[in-house]
Amino acid sequence: MNNREKERYLREYSILKSQGKPFFPYAILKDSVMAIITLVVIILMALILGAELGPKADPTTTTYTPRPEWYFFFLFELLRVVKPPALVFLATVGIPTVCMVLLILLPFIDRNPERHPLKRPIATFTGITIIIAMAYLTLEGALAGPPTAIDLKTTAQYERGKNVAASSGCLGCHRIGENGNSGPGPDLTDIGSQLQKEAIARTLINPTAPMPSFSKLRESNPKQFNELVNYLGSLKGE
Amino acid sequence: MKLLPGPLRRRGNKDDDEKKPNGNGNGATTALRRPNAPDETAKEREKEAGRERLKKTAVEVPVAALGWVDERTGGGPFLRGFLFRKVPKGTNWYYTLGSATMFAFLSQAVTGIFLAMYYRPSATEAYASVQHINDEVFLGLLVRGMHKWGATVMVILIFLHMGRTFFFGAYKYPRELNWIIGVVLLILTMVMALTGYLLPFDQRSFWATVVAANITGTGPIMGPYLADFLRGGAEFGATTLSRFYAIHMLLIPGLIAALIGAHLFLVAKLGTTAPPWLKAEKARDLSQEEI
Repeated sequence: MNNREKERYLREYSILKSQGKPFFPYAILKDSVMAIITLVVIILMALILGAELGPKADPTTTTYTPRPEWYFFFLFELLRVVKPPALVFLATVGIPTVCMVLLILLPFIDRNPERHPLKRPIATFTGITIIIAMAYLTLEGALAGPPTAIDLKTTAQYERGKNVAASSGCLGCHRIGENGNSGPGPDLTDIGSQLQKEAIARTLINPTAPMPSFSKLRESNPKQFNELVNYLGSLKGE
Repeated sequence: MKLLPGPLRRRGNKDDDEKKPNGNGNGATTALRRPNAPDETAKEREKEAGRERLKKTAVEVPVAALGWVDERTGGGPFLRGFLFRKVPKGTNWYYTLGSATMFAFLSQAVTGIFLAMYYRPSATEAYASVQHINDEVFLGLLVRGMHKWGATVMVILIFLHMGRTFFFGAYKYPRELNWIIGVVLLILTMVMALTGYLLPFDQRSFWATVVAANITGTGPIMGPYLADFLRGGAEFGATTLSRFYAIHMLLIPGLIAALIGAHLFLVAKLGTTAPPWLKAEKARDLSQEEI
């Protein structure tokens, strides 16, 4: 904005301001109503949705897969989209940092003196696109849901193995059908055609980091371990 | 009482004469000025006079108190300027989102203070103290629920407020600095959400924070050091919880309060923008612009 545009804006603004109403009581009234609505919404949500407390933190668990609060879903989903490990830092730190810097520098990037949304199409279009992208990623994050359910149908004999897989946290790093995360572990929907059952069992006992080992499961409950291996061996794609 | 100097003299009767020359239906303000009420007894006239005096005192006492403070702080002009400044024509309900966000923050602060009275920030006692809040403290479950959902409400409101400011072009000249302060406030709000999440120390909090710290660790160059700083070491431990608690309770609320102060100062000083679809009609008889 050059000086002429600045002065023009200031002149227009002072006219519009002089035609306005005093802050007290008009604006204060609106603000107070909104504040009361906010308080009522918070109290209602607290009464209806409650504040549950899960089981106590146990640093030795290997099978718990956490979910962040819903407003971080869009960042998490960005992580799932970027698969090659060398580029992971881009999704975790790179893109969010770049976005934050761009957001801070917005008034210096956008020097168009126009304020009406229809008269600044680039800004309006970019804003709407980013909002839709964040909303989509947040929705995706919400639908990916708690990684303790496998929807892929299986025959009755493998049903118990499927439950073992679902409750052992595998979906935290692997994809099985529509459920689970696309990384850092490989997709298991077709693992039965790629590996023999013995190879699957070996991987479960002696995996590549960062996958945890399930040898303890084999010692404590060999039946469940075998059911797990059989189920995974049955996964031969769609 | 001519012995008192002018400013301290009570301006009672003289002013009433000037303000109410005609009187109203009930008669004038003092009992002496109602000669045409023959059916009322002297007692009722006295009661009426007493009520009028009470009304005057009720107005004069707070005015005198404010005058006392103003004399010693010089804050009168500031308060008058702040309260009675004009907001531009066309200001609508969208403009309430900013103050709603601040109100949500205040709700978080108050509920947070009450939670802090019962919470114990040690890795061994944190979970039990939160259970205690839930089960035994009077209204504990409600306050904890308000704090938890207040976070969601505040994040929603802050994004709505940011969107409104963006689409109204209210970040442009001369409000660029205000926008920058606002973005910093947004980042601080998200950090509050992140650090607060760990404090109940249940499974979900713990592992979600492990993931968050690991993510920080993947950043280039500074990543591992940043992750170590957050965790208070290479491993997740008792220092981590204390660190997150100090950040959540002391560091960031202080920063947020200071920045909200700066943000509001700029809003009052520069004024809020008029909605962008409004054009100022050039009033031809506007020879003197009043701001």
